Amino acid sequence: MSSAARSLPRVRTRSISHRAAARIRHASLRGAAIVYLGAFILLPVIAILTKGFGGGMTAMRAAFAVPGAWQALWLTLITSALAATINAVLGTMIAWVLVRYRFPGRGALSAVVDLPLAIPTLVTGVMIVALYGPSSPVGRFLSSIGIDVIFAPLGILLALLVVTLPFTIRTVQPVLQELDPAEEEAASTLGARGWTTFRRVVLPAIRTAIAAGALLSFARAIGEFGSIVLVSGNRTGETLTAPVFIFQLAAQFRPAEAAAVASLLFGISFVLVLVTTRLLKRKEAE
Amino acid sequence: MSAVATTEGARLDLRRSRRTRRLLIAATLVTVSILLLIPLLGILWTALEPGLSVITDTLEQPDVQHAFKLTLIITVITVVVTGVFGVIVAWVLVRQRFVGRSFLNALVDLPFALSPVTVGLACVLLFGAGGWFEGFFSARGIQIVFALPSMILVTIFISIPFVIREVQPVLEEVGVDEEDAARTLGASVWQSFRKVTIPNIRWGLLYGVALSAARAIGEIGAVLVVSGLIQGQTETATLYIFRALEERQTPSAYVVALLLALTSVVLLGAIEFAKRRIGRETP
Repeated sequence: MSSAARSLPRVRTRSISHRAAARIRHASLRGAAIVYLGAFILLPVIAILTKGFGGGMTAMRAAFAVPGAWQALWLTLITSALAATINAVLGTMIAWVLVRYRFPGRGALSAVVDLPLAIPTLVTGVMIVALYGPSSPVGRFLSSIGIDVIFAPLGILLALLVVTLPFTIRTVQPVLQELDPAEEEAASTLGARGWTTFRRVVLPAIRTAIAAGALLSFARAIGEFGSIVLVSGNRTGETLTAPVFIFQLAAQFRPAEAAAVASLLFGISFVLVLVTTRLLKRKEAE
Repeated sequence: MSAVATTEGARLDLRRSRRTRRLLIAATLVTVSILLLIPLLGILWTALEPGLSVITDTLEQPDVQHAFKLTLIITVITVVVTGVFGVIVAWVLVRQRFVGRSFLNALVDLPFALSPVTVGLACVLLFGAGGWFEGFFSARGIQIVFALPSMILVTIFISIPFVIREVQPVLEEVGVDEEDAARTLGASVWQSFRKVTIPNIRWGLLYGVALSAARAIGEIGAVLVVSGLIQGQTETATLYIFRALEERQTPSAYVVALLLALTSVVLLGAIEFAKRRIGRETP
């Protein structure tokens, strides 16, 4: 009894010092995380924004006074929107095939669609040039029937399609896996045709995931550089994209103008990425 | 009578769904072939067209050897930094509740929203001539821009999200029970981390690290801006391809591109392996 009473305070002091140690540990890990993300992510973003808008809109106006600036921005926005839309359809189809069908080579296919995540973007560009360029029979054939891929907007679109292929697949696939096929069976038992079942039962369930994949694709596409720089030919006013335009401005020692255009692209992408994370989180909560 | 009609209808439906199935699988294979497989074969064919000796000829060039060495150094440092700090950040974001947590969480996605070219530009603005930190480092004789340090910094920036975003869901899934049990049984924090947490998150970590490495090896836009393109000095494998193509040394550019493509196929193997393990272990 008395020994228990004596040992009690000792236990308590130990547990308090334990808790203090744990608190210090937690705080130092949190500090490390904050310093790491602050130094590596926040600082560069602040540097870009202050340089771009340090003198108000002067840098932005100067950047868009450069010949071909507007065309570069439009080309990037249009090719990115096209790539995101096409891949929303193709990605949904591929995710459906991977989840719902069993066929020989399915495992290999599932791995191959992730290839763009692993392959260097510049190598993607080299692949497209090698296949569709003037030195390959495929490229010669296509240009003989009037289709130019290399040094043309079509090549830019193709590069963006390759690079963003995995995004929609990766957002749609897990949602499809969770979906209960019983609902679709019920719908088709009630007489609904395949397409009607898909439109009425499956599509509402995966709509958010498709939108999220498309937005991520778009955000990625408007910043894409490596796969485009070799393919597009970078002709001012014709095949010059916004990221390559930023690169040219930076190389001409016009950092303020480059930062202004970069801020604009960043603003668009960032809003889209934020919207996407919100969408996915809300979906998860449901 | 009506029963016959139903079976006939069902048979029609079955036939129709079989046709849809065949059609969709065919369309998928065509898409993947056009976008990925044929271009991959295209580069294999173009690179090896002059004969296999082109590989040894290319690998004997000092510039190529140096480029691969530089890519390896940058990739290893990037993987270690983003791996270690990635686990810390993921752990803090999952296990701790504090003011500003969701802001920190949103910061992690920022590199996805920045063009690599913009990242390079930001690095020049911070450390280049007239930059915020230029004075500090030049006073100590440390060159950041147009040298290896800036190339490592931008590559780390771009690879930051991968480990965090792959480890986070796994940590959330496994919960705190096992860690708590280990601590109750007298394990130190470090022991419980090493023996319980790490084995639990290892496949997520491998997944993130493989994605990180792939991004680091393939990075071009950011390093192009900060490297200054000094041949044989600040030239990574991707920058070598870029310069070699501009200088019309096409065969060796294609060989280096082919080797990078093969490396990424190996990384893809690691990515798929990890993905399957995660799928199996989390219900």
